Amino acid sequence: MDIRSQVSMVFHLDKCIGCHTCSIACKNIWTDRKGAEYMWWNNVETKPGTGYPTKWEDQDIYKGGWEKNGDSVSLKGAGKLKGLKNIFHNPHLPVLDDYYEPWTYKYQDLFTAPEGDDQPTARPVSLVTGEHMDVQAGPNWDDDLGGSPDYARQDVNMNQLSAAEQEAMFQLERMTFFYLPRICNHCLNPACVASCPSGAIYKRGEDGIVLINQERCRAWRMCVTACPYKKSYYNWHTGKSEKCVLCYPRLESGQAPACFHSCVGRIRYLGVMLYDADKIENVASVPEDQLVDAQMDIYLDPFDPEVIRQAQLNGIADSTIEAAQKSPVYKFVKVWKLALPLHPEFRTLPNLFYVPALLPTMATVSSGVYNSTSQSLWNGIERNRLPMKYLASLFSAGNTDKIVEVMKRLMAVRIHRRGVTVGDLNSSEISSAMNEAGVDAETADAIFRLTSLATFDERFVIPPAHREESIEILESTADVKGNTGFGFKEKPARGL
Amino acid sequence: MTNYLLFVALPYLSLGIFLIGSIYRYRSREFSVSSISSEFLEGRKLFWGSQPFHWGLFFLFFGHLIAFLFPKAVLAWNGQPVRLLILEITAFTFGLSTFIGVILLVNRRLINRRVQIVTSKMDVVVFVVLLVQIISGLLVAYHNRWGSSWFAAFITPYLRSLFVFDPQIEGIASVNSLSLKIHVVSAFTIIGIIPFTRFMHFLVYPLDYLWRSYQQVIWSWNRKHIRTSRSHSEGRQSTNN
Repeated sequence: MDIRSQVSMVFHLDKCIGCHTCSIACKNIWTDRKGAEYMWWNNVETKPGTGYPTKWEDQDIYKGGWEKNGDSVSLKGAGKLKGLKNIFHNPHLPVLDDYYEPWTYKYQDLFTAPEGDDQPTARPVSLVTGEHMDVQAGPNWDDDLGGSPDYARQDVNMNQLSAAEQEAMFQLERMTFFYLPRICNHCLNPACVASCPSGAIYKRGEDGIVLINQERCRAWRMCVTACPYKKSYYNWHTGKSEKCVLCYPRLESGQAPACFHSCVGRIRYLGVMLYDADKIENVASVPEDQLVDAQMDIYLDPFDPEVIRQAQLNGIADSTIEAAQKSPVYKFVKVWKLALPLHPEFRTLPNLFYVPALLPTMATVSSGVYNSTSQSLWNGIERNRLPMKYLASLFSAGNTDKIVEVMKRLMAVRIHRRGVTVGDLNSSEISSAMNEAGVDAETADAIFRLTSLATFDERFVIPPAHREESIEILESTADVKGNTGFGFKEKPARGL
Repeated sequence: MTNYLLFVALPYLSLGIFLIGSIYRYRSREFSVSSISSEFLEGRKLFWGSQPFHWGLFFLFFGHLIAFLFPKAVLAWNGQPVRLLILEITAFTFGLSTFIGVILLVNRRLINRRVQIVTSKMDVVVFVVLLVQIISGLLVAYHNRWGSSWFAAFITPYLRSLFVFDPQIEGIASVNSLSLKIHVVSAFTIIGIIPFTRFMHFLVYPLDYLWRSYQQVIWSWNRKHIRTSRSHSEGRQSTNN
């Protein structure tokens, strides 16, 4: 057993209001620079939709992630031979137009335009070439199902659905959507790290954050292709790839990452998960329908005395183990089994988990009459407004049973709380829903509390970085006692 | 005198600048060492230019290297006219592919607005020396036939003499071919400007990727060592004073 700790995340999609505050917080701190204007390390997509960059989920186009290869996995579009063969031209690289051409407006023209018959206008200019441009696409061009014939209907997750099911999703009365905020998943089996020919990308041992060493990056661009989530971006100005750093300078000083901290809907949770690094290859290579369960198994119970002992032997600090015990991510993912990884079939073992949006049917329309009365309160999971197959394609590699289990538990919590707060449901209905989902009242209240009422410190349990101890590996603290600063560049001895 | 400047002073100057400059740039300004790819801004035209250019150059480079290192083997191979023809035609094809590639790349830089934006002055220099180098090489191959054979007589002894610090330039100076002289001079110029241009990127071709493990985990310090160490403070000299 090789126990390591990983800073992991949960996004509760039922709470996301799609305000893009997270994206703006990130942009202001990290990507408001030349060459990075088009990058959104954090972005929020409307689902169904084609996302950013367009159709990023379609690995027939971009060849990202891993594929099963016998008992192991191999990179789909990169790797040692494929990577070095394609080094002069990477055939699957998304180009600027697959994202969008960044632009600004010539605001100064509003003031300096000569007097004339027309109102002065601020025309859009490209942030790449500086010339006038017609804006063809932008971030969240398809927000809230805008332009759905071109975007939502092209969503690759609908490939599993029959034509009739697809059609049903786009009837005006039935149309629905939810938001999918995305950041780097800081995967356990990162494809970007494996694909980097220069060895510039690495996973930090202490907290599992995946970073690109800007000095070592040589612009071979393999990570951009290999990341199936398209969360590694090429900076066209510096000639270096960049990605989400999970605000590690903030984490090291005990602050939540900017996108987490600024989240208006408080949908984001961050905490430590302990996992067994020896199992990564096995888990990444199981058949598709077992991927979710296999990944859940790699995370260990931080209360198990044996796990604690092994973690201590592996040098994990007691404070980190304590953080793992308090971790909200552990509760959502392992204890309550409410959160699922995004596209586990990419086999990177992502560490960002999503609680799917419930979207129950609240009313029916018959012969033009909107009828909000129904036999049961939320009409049951099977009449959910988004087909289970669609959600399964996103969160469980097509395994519908997993989604139904999660949805039933989410519904049981709602029904239980409705009983507590409103009391208009009869107790047999409540208990049957809870029994079917396997949730007791105590658990349901705990889920409710962490979902709705959690404080800042309950949502973000950040392990201390222990930088105060790191000095001990560099030098003997006994020897440098009495010195200040960084020591001497030359020995403090009498010279020549 | 001119011959001495071109075939003795320039090579040593270039090699010196190359060695010191590239080591200095790699060690102290590593951020600037990059292939600075522009595929992200324009991908289609790059394919048709970059592939023939780089692969042609790749084989030509090793062709020259083999002719320099193993002249006798090349001469032995060329002993039969058929094999000589095969070698020369193959090499010329790679030369043409490099030439076509670089023309397409120049064209792409000239007409694509986005690529123009990321074109620096050094890129212009790079294209000029590359064009000189490739065109002169093609002319040599066409006019001064069977270079793979006379390389052993004229070029190999000259290059060897440079590397043993006993420059013998009579051979190369006596060659009556302007294009060959241009080819040699521009070759050394290219070597000399490597540290100041994007040419740096072929020095960092990532061969070590072939034998490294796919996943890389870096520990900023060894926590296990701290937790279990019994020796980290006793008798260990600190490293910075």
